[in-house]
Amino acid sequence: MPRSLIALFPAAPRQLDVAAKDVEELIRALDGRWPGMWDRLCEPGPRLREHINVFVDGERASLTQPLTPRSVVHIIPAVAGG
Amino acid sequence: MGRTGLLLGTRKGAFLVAEEDGGRWSIKGPMCEAWPLHHVTWDPGTGSLIAAGGSPWYGAAVWRSTDMGESWTHSSEGLTYGDDGPKIDTIWNVTAAHGALYAGVDPAGLFRSDDGGRTWSEVSGLRAHSSEPHWQPGNGGLILHSITPHPSDPNHMWIGISAVGVFETRDGGATWETRNHGVRADFIPGPAPEFGQCVHKLGLHPRRPDVLFQQNHCGVYRSDDGGANWTDLTPGLPSEFGFPLVVHPQDPSTVYVIPLNGADKGRHVPDGHLAVWRTRDDGASWESLDRGLPTRDAYVGVLREAMATDQNDPAGVYFGTSTGQLFGSPDDGDTWRLVADFLPAIWSVETVQLDA
Repeated sequence: MPRSLIALFPAAPRQLDVAAKDVEELIRALDGRWPGMWDRLCEPGPRLREHINVFVDGERASLTQPLTPRSVVHIIPAVAGG
Repeated sequence: MGRTGLLLGTRKGAFLVAEEDGGRWSIKGPMCEAWPLHHVTWDPGTGSLIAAGGSPWYGAAVWRSTDMGESWTHSSEGLTYGDDGPKIDTIWNVTAAHGALYAGVDPAGLFRSDDGGRTWSEVSGLRAHSSEPHWQPGNGGLILHSITPHPSDPNHMWIGISAVGVFETRDGGATWETRNHGVRADFIPGPAPEFGQCVHKLGLHPRRPDVLFQQNHCGVYRSDDGGANWTDLTPGLPSEFGFPLVVHPQDPSTVYVIPLNGADKGRHVPDGHLAVWRTRDDGASWESLDRGLPTRDAYVGVLREAMATDQNDPAGVYFGTSTGQLFGSPDDGDTWRLVADFLPAIWSVETVQLDA
């Protein structure tokens, strides 16, 4: 997870293992452990915030992107958001 | 008199500027991860600093600190129009009133918190007003920026929305009425409409809750009947356009504004001459206050939330510019000094009494 997100949730690690069937379930799991994280990453729709990119195994993904047990997920704030 | 603390919301975070011995001021910040913050204020109900705005990455949220900025928490729980509604881009104002907190957001709406800003719910009666389908954004967006509670009636409040106008509720927000009669809207053809006026800032004094003042896109006004009718106070000012307006803490008839040179002329002080304008007679006459301010080559602007007074007598008056200068007066505005420079663009100024 990015430094700027960890700065908002100091107890969260930069890297961790999460069991989830898709990106939405993953973020909801993160929110369960660090309440409020869903609202920082997602907006009503629901959808990912405009300047929040999620990559699954190197490919840009949406909330509906399925995950496998070996999927590597990166959450990266877009350069465009600055 | 206690020491004064200045709470600043800026384009790059929250700052606390504190009065120290010997006329010096200390600066703490940027706080809140340097988020763009439209408003930083004090909640007397919880003894907390409250900061509100929106990150371009992480959205809108309200920040809270119970230790004068040493540590912060943040939340936007309930600050939403739901999955079928528009996204809330940012929060423009947070006002404490009668034990609750109210937040004004973009796109325009009003939210209330009864737990010090941890959770929020929409005051949905406002967007249920019949005018809502016709609300159009101003230059800064469709923003609810002014929340003016009645000093003794928790169910009574006025709010201001840019390019929509002033609304009043007397039943805790269940129903609202427009309050724009007598206010010009020169950017709309035809006679002045019921709504659509571009209010910039509202103000009232707790000893005269039926008397309101507003700085509008098209002038400065006073209402003597709770907003039902407005009188134009602009004659005597160098411009009808400006953003901030504050009422003196002790004298209800004394009001401060900072005219700017026009919506389409750069929105800086006229002729590069920085001055605060004061009336002491409810707007019948105005005087320019610039002793200690730059009177030439100062092409600065001051935004709607960026001026405040403390509760001292004589009052301290403070304002921050869009270019990062913070000025203060210890004597009702008669003289001024530069308190701080090289800050990010200042979006809001509020005062808090330190050592209280």
